[in-house]
Amino acid sequence: METTAGIKPAIGEHPAIDEVIHCEKLTKRYHAGNILAVDQLDMAVHHGEIFGLLGPNGAGKTTTVGMLTTLVVPTSGKAVVAGIDVVAHPALAKQVIGVVAQTNNLDRALTVWENLYYHGLFFGMTSKESREASDKLLVEFRLTERAKAEIMAISGGMAKRLQVARALLHSPSVLFLDEPTAGLDPQSRLALWDILRKLHAEGQTILLTTHYMEEADVICDRLAIMDHGRILAINTPKGLKESVGADSIVTISAAGNLDALAKLLQERIEGATRSQRVDSTIKLHIKGTTGILPKVVSIAEQGGYSITDLSVAEPTLETVFINLTGKELRD
Amino acid sequence: MNTMITTATSEHYKTIRSASAASRTAFGALLLRDLTVLKKGLGIFIARTLVQPFLLVFVFLYVFPQIGQGIGGGGGASGESSFATVLVAGVVALSIMFQGIQAVALPLANEFGYTKEIEDRVLAPLPVSLVAIGKVVAGAIQGLIAALIVFPIAAIIHAKGVHPNLTVHWVILLTLIPLTCVMTSALGLFLGTRIAPRNIGLMFGFIVLPITFLGGTYYPWTTLAAIKIGGFSWLQALVCINPLIYVTEGFRAALTTAPHMQLYVIYLVLIGLCVLFLWAGIKGFYKRVLS
Repeated sequence: METTAGIKPAIGEHPAIDEVIHCEKLTKRYHAGNILAVDQLDMAVHHGEIFGLLGPNGAGKTTTVGMLTTLVVPTSGKAVVAGIDVVAHPALAKQVIGVVAQTNNLDRALTVWENLYYHGLFFGMTSKESREASDKLLVEFRLTERAKAEIMAISGGMAKRLQVARALLHSPSVLFLDEPTAGLDPQSRLALWDILRKLHAEGQTILLTTHYMEEADVICDRLAIMDHGRILAINTPKGLKESVGADSIVTISAAGNLDALAKLLQERIEGATRSQRVDSTIKLHIKGTTGILPKVVSIAEQGGYSITDLSVAEPTLETVFINLTGKELRD
Repeated sequence: MNTMITTATSEHYKTIRSASAASRTAFGALLLRDLTVLKKGLGIFIARTLVQPFLLVFVFLYVFPQIGQGIGGGGGASGESSFATVLVAGVVALSIMFQGIQAVALPLANEFGYTKEIEDRVLAPLPVSLVAIGKVVAGAIQGLIAALIVFPIAAIIHAKGVHPNLTVHWVILLTLIPLTCVMTSALGLFLGTRIAPRNIGLMFGFIVLPITFLGGTYYPWTTLAAIKIGGFSWLQALVCINPLIYVTEGFRAALTTAPHMQLYVIYLVLIGLCVLFLWAGIKGFYKRVLS
């Protein structure tokens, strides 16, 4: 899958050192249930990029982030973050990472401001430094008015912003976000995307996990598509979509034997590169776009099928995922 | 000492501090966080500390003598005074024990639970074992404060004519208090990491209550020798599995001239329990926060 298209050029003179995250054969097997959560993962994240792990629930994304952030101990393999071996030196590695967990894990016993202030102290800031940094981040993240609020009293969107602010307080080399917009309302999601774009512009290296295709598409410089603990493809969103090798995807719902219809369409339509049944629809991949829909309708009707729904779209990351796994990536 | 090291020659890598320097400041900050939280709830902390000893002392040393309920072997004022002597040591011991367990086990149940609040502290730049030890130190400080609050009450509140006969052995007292505080909060760490957060309420019924009633709060351990089956002092032997018995006997040795368990046994067992609970508690802590 790896193509040369659109890969972000490495910054700096030493491409190897530009790898802020480097994994080799990283593996996690949970003994309870003997589950292979992550299977021999090889991955590199470059300085200054937003890298996404895209996959359904249970793909191993959170476990991967857990291993890179010292909370999950790998069964085997190697993980290096900002030049530090995470497995051998977890306490050192914690200095260079910032982590935004999927759940709201803010300290309920402290106020909004105190959550930042004590975090700064944990990371060796002086009282004055931490106070100034906390005040500044509250302004940047539009939380100043709620500085004295209890954690239980702030909204989900605010809590997520505060978690991001807390993770950034000690200027980490890599910011990890696990499903950062899961459970957020649309407005808060957009606000968080703006924050991530701004951090990206400032050169912050970011690794995030998501099961939202749109998020992966609009936010990430590069993506790894994961399923069942393995990386199936790594590329830019554009490169991934181009790898499908089609200009448009026709989705057909019809009554009758869909496998037979899929075969029929592929044989009869010029430019059809692929035709597959996915659950109760057919996905038809087409090179060239003109006049496709009338052809589909007439071929189906000649074959005795009655089409109940028909749509055409450009390839999306969903298409890529279906191509790779034969199943849909549902939100 | 050179505390600055650089991870690699790239300009993109931030300069990081040595593990020991980072651990020291992080450990101090964790303690400061716990003490800030304690300060916020100081009123509740004091009330929680006072309620049990106050009730014990009030009922046994004030109400009972007033209504003529026989205690202390029914020997009138002298019996009541000797019971007061027994109870002062027991109440101080019990208060530290309660505080140590509550201060560590209860917050941990919350922090390990659904919210996973502990994560931010586990991600602070120090070894995970030090996060657990920080919890024990903060708990021990609370136990210490509890001891200072409770002792005057236990020594002062009683009915007319009832006088606890106290003789303070300072060396024992000043070594026993810190040892007890650490042992009980290490026990809190052990319980807090081993009991599922949703079951933490059961801890009081099945662990704290038996510890309290069979821990020598209301009677000296030495007197249990009289309870026998076929010549075997079974209860005296049985309560030896209770950590509290060593604490109450220790305070009996520190505060009175009454008979008590051998001092060297008390110290050896308390030190042994410290090590055991710390080891098991840290192990449990690792299991809870890392997978």
